[in-house]
Amino acid sequence: MRRKVSEVSKSADEIVYGLKREYLEKICAEGSRIDGRKFDEIRTAVVNTNFVPRAEGSAEVRLGDTRVLVGIKIEQGEPFPDTPNSGILTTNAELLPMASPTFESGPPSEDAIELARVVDRGIRESKMIDLDKLVIKEGEKVWVVFIDMHILDYDGNLIDACSLGAVAALLEAKVPASKIGAEDFPLPINHIPINVTFAKIGNTLLADPNLEEEEVASARLSVATNENGDVVAMQKGLGGSITKEELFSAVDTSIKVGKDIRKRVLGK
Amino acid sequence: MIELGTQSDIKLINEDGLRIDGRKFNELRPIRIEVGVLNRADGSAYIEWGGNKVLVAVYGPREAFPKHTQNPSRAIINARYNMAAFSVDERKRPGPDRRAVEISKVIGEALECAVFTEQFPRTSIDVYIEVLQADAGTRIAGLTAASVALVDAGIPMKDLVVGCASGKIDGKVVLDLNKEEDNFGQADLPMAIIPRTQEIVLLQMDGNMTRDELEEAVELSKKAAMYISDLQKEALLAKYKASESEKEGERSE
Repeated sequence: MRRKVSEVSKSADEIVYGLKREYLEKICAEGSRIDGRKFDEIRTAVVNTNFVPRAEGSAEVRLGDTRVLVGIKIEQGEPFPDTPNSGILTTNAELLPMASPTFESGPPSEDAIELARVVDRGIRESKMIDLDKLVIKEGEKVWVVFIDMHILDYDGNLIDACSLGAVAALLEAKVPASKIGAEDFPLPINHIPINVTFAKIGNTLLADPNLEEEEVASARLSVATNENGDVVAMQKGLGGSITKEELFSAVDTSIKVGKDIRKRVLGK
Repeated sequence: MIELGTQSDIKLINEDGLRIDGRKFNELRPIRIEVGVLNRADGSAYIEWGGNKVLVAVYGPREAFPKHTQNPSRAIINARYNMAAFSVDERKRPGPDRRAVEISKVIGEALECAVFTEQFPRTSIDVYIEVLQADAGTRIAGLTAASVALVDAGIPMKDLVVGCASGKIDGKVVLDLNKEEDNFGQADLPMAIIPRTQEIVLLQMDGNMTRDELEEAVELSKKAAMYISDLQKEALLAKYKASESEKEGERSE
């Protein structure tokens, strides 16, 4: 029986994938990574804030060859009925088709939803923004902070690139209070959460996986910590498992790398 | 009923160290699991866990559809977590929201760790999880029932996936948060494992915990999961014991 071209190429993809995985598992077991980094070493992170001056805050992040742009818009809105004395935070991610041949236009994919929710959780649960200070009129009007994350170029680890971009953009953002006759003010910031994501290849956890590593990883783990070294959010992903020892080694690395990023990249 | 308020006005643990529903810090809510509760599904299970009531149906392995979702080397697991509109205090709009999409994804991934998917290329194993009443901890209740339903469908697995959440309330690490504790507590850590290997297959966390507290919480969840794993096996055995005695009954007639 003749097989359809698409089936043949799918099987070919499977073979290449198998070879890649074997190779990466082998070099990880020998103690090295495909781009020469140490296991707990992240790629060069460059943050360029105020990239979109029309937004209330913005940051372009390059994490290795991954490139994302985060914009913050702050508008007036009605509070949720169960939190009348609190501003609103909402996070959205767009996996633009320009960023990768595997991204498609259309409604947000499962991956885009997970990405947005994991970034949101780190910011929300760390209480980075003091939402109680974003009330205009109790129960009637509050400031709504929109975080919109655009993926421009995809080379792995969108969670960390987007989290870093969102945090950097929020740190710069100004609430446009002049629109209601007051003075613009910076967003009230309490904490600075940093997310560090790991890919598991074989029995090794690699910090800040690039695309090649991410593609062959069996499991993924993201750990967000605050400046006190407390864990504020976590998410395990993909169809593989992790051990308890791996979990705590990831927590330790995340605390360490988080400190470094806060100081070196954000200057905090 | 607890009035809405800020975290600080609500005491979740009293002077005797007991929680608002009278439990100790390491005590589970009552759990009851039933196997084979639906007729049409290939496998099914029902779980009551505290106030949670969750029904799970499994279909498959069957040809994956649409075709492009097929994987030539293994089965795909397609989990769908859905909350009934009437399952919560304020009516939930029907259909999947962003939360449900994320939960479905992590549940499917957790089950994938245990199922021998490579035995069924090009197929899908569909796991439908319906939350009929929600009382915190629905994703873990759903996952725990789902792995029982998979066994009921005869799908080969490494072991039953099982989990339990832990968290932090009033500054103390506790097991299995109820709704009030989830709403007004300081951290929530849903976790699931494969008991045989002790691998962690589902892990999420939000809130604030020190590293030491996290270690305590992971340990509490793990111990509880081992206990619930026995409940899963008992539920499965009960089904086959029941069908055995039915047969006996028929023979003696």
